[in-house]
Amino acid sequence: MIQFDAVHKRFPNGTTAVHDLSLHMPEGGVTVLVGSSGCGKTTTLRMINRMVDPTSGTIEVGGKDITRQDAAELRRSIGYVIQQSGLFPHRTVLDNIATVPLLLGHGRRRARARAAELLETVGLSADSGRRYPHQLSGGQQQRVGVARALAADPPVLLMDEPFGAVDPVVRTQLQDELLRLQKELSKTIVFVTHDIDEAVRLGDQIAVFRTGGHLVQCASPTELLARPADDFVADFLGAERGLKLLSLKTLADVPQGPAPEGGAWTLVLDEARRPLHWASASDGAEVPVRPLRDADSLLSALNESVAAPTGLVARVDADGVLTGVTSRDDVHTHAGRAHTEARVAA
Amino acid sequence: MYELFKNLGGWLTSGAQWSGPDGIAHRLAEHLQYSLLATLVAAVIGLPVGLLIGHTGRGAFLAINLASFGRALPTVGLVVLVFLASGLSMWPVYVALVALAVPSIVTNTYAGMTAVDPDVKDVARGQGMRGHQVLFQVELPLALPLIMTGLRLALIQVVATATIAAYVSFGGLGRYVFDGLAQRDLVQVLGGAVLVAAVAIALDLALSGVQRLLFRHRPAQHA
Repeated sequence: MIQFDAVHKRFPNGTTAVHDLSLHMPEGGVTVLVGSSGCGKTTTLRMINRMVDPTSGTIEVGGKDITRQDAAELRRSIGYVIQQSGLFPHRTVLDNIATVPLLLGHGRRRARARAAELLETVGLSADSGRRYPHQLSGGQQQRVGVARALAADPPVLLMDEPFGAVDPVVRTQLQDELLRLQKELSKTIVFVTHDIDEAVRLGDQIAVFRTGGHLVQCASPTELLARPADDFVADFLGAERGLKLLSLKTLADVPQGPAPEGGAWTLVLDEARRPLHWASASDGAEVPVRPLRDADSLLSALNESVAAPTGLVARVDADGVLTGVTSRDDVHTHAGRAHTEARVAA
Repeated sequence: MYELFKNLGGWLTSGAQWSGPDGIAHRLAEHLQYSLLATLVAAVIGLPVGLLIGHTGRGAFLAINLASFGRALPTVGLVVLVFLASGLSMWPVYVALVALAVPSIVTNTYAGMTAVDPDVKDVARGQGMRGHQVLFQVELPLALPLIMTGLRLALIQVVATATIAAYVSFGGLGRYVFDGLAQRDLVQVLGGAVLVAAVAIALDLALSGVQRLLFRHRPAQHA
């Protein structure tokens, strides 16, 4: 979908922002560009919609060389979201979202109707459309920014640290929403961040950049975590990269057995057989339990197996009803196996 | 002192003083006419200049320095200079008033344009707006509060200075000041000065009211 070929960008002041970049960003996938500041990831993103023109090399979007197209028209066909949302403060939320359809000459009524539809898509109430951006919270403004980028239904979405300025709780919500939207819409997304956890969560492929605009490694999150190309990538992924890999694996294949009865600790259930807490047989102490579903990650299972007094992970179905328990040993075995498999596959 | 204020009150409120060709109503109309026309011409010159240097970021140094130079020009000197060149006409008055108004308009327009959040301009371009669309749909509306402040300041300055029309024998509220001085009629001088000040304050209040009403939806830093 997006193809960089030997792209080089040098700014007039002599700094090289992007060095000999060749990279493919597949259709319908999320490509995350990561790296410390000044590594050229934002410049790479901005070259896709010609906010920055490369010094040499070619960039194709949908098989067409972008320098052969009118820059303004190209930009209208590519969604663009930036960190501080960049909403127009003098326009209502609805008119902000309607920007690109209006530029395309869709007519005010049709553009507004589309904007109202998108408010719902990004999880905002209909009456927020009449408000002005400064009347919304940071997280809500970012949602409006995403809605505006989606308004003309572009096949490509560029997101430059879109969730960088919101608090961690809201950031996680926005990431979840993006994943949900992406499941529905299958856009080709290019996402810039310096947060490696965000990259692992959102990316189908992750491109790691080093200062000076060098692409060091481009791989799936699993491959990247299992086999970082060099020490720079390994350092960037951090000391817990082994655990991060586990966040990508689900519990589905891990076996479970019946819950123990009559031991030092008992799992107390409610009348619908949903786990409530662990209770001690000796002094009646209660320890909270966090039951996990098959879709939960191996990392959360590892966490629960350490936190639970018995080392047992309570497993439940979609309704929260207990299906069995998994031992700490089984979790460890599968965690190790996940690493082995990732190394072999990569 | 008390006597003076009593006479001033009588001068300002007597019916005879308000009517006729030398009456306050007529002089006020002349004064407003000079002021509005001069400010309008200054806006036609100053707005495009301010918008252009603000949008392109070029020529700002030159334009802002020219504006400061314009501000430093002594208005009376300019009137005399143009008077010597053009003879008895309204030209000296208008040239001096326009030269007085243009700097405020240019510098405020430019300040308004540079105060627009660069992220907002970036994203406007990134959505596919062309240069003129960014200017008229984003930069101009966002700079408008400061632009209007510039126009308001210019108009107030011009109203306060339009008394010089009487200096070269034309009308306006300055008539009372210059005639009063010539006739050693202190009440008339004070009456003219009070009227000029009142008009300037009234216009300032009215226009700030309009601005507040127009920009009531803007976040605080823009109002």
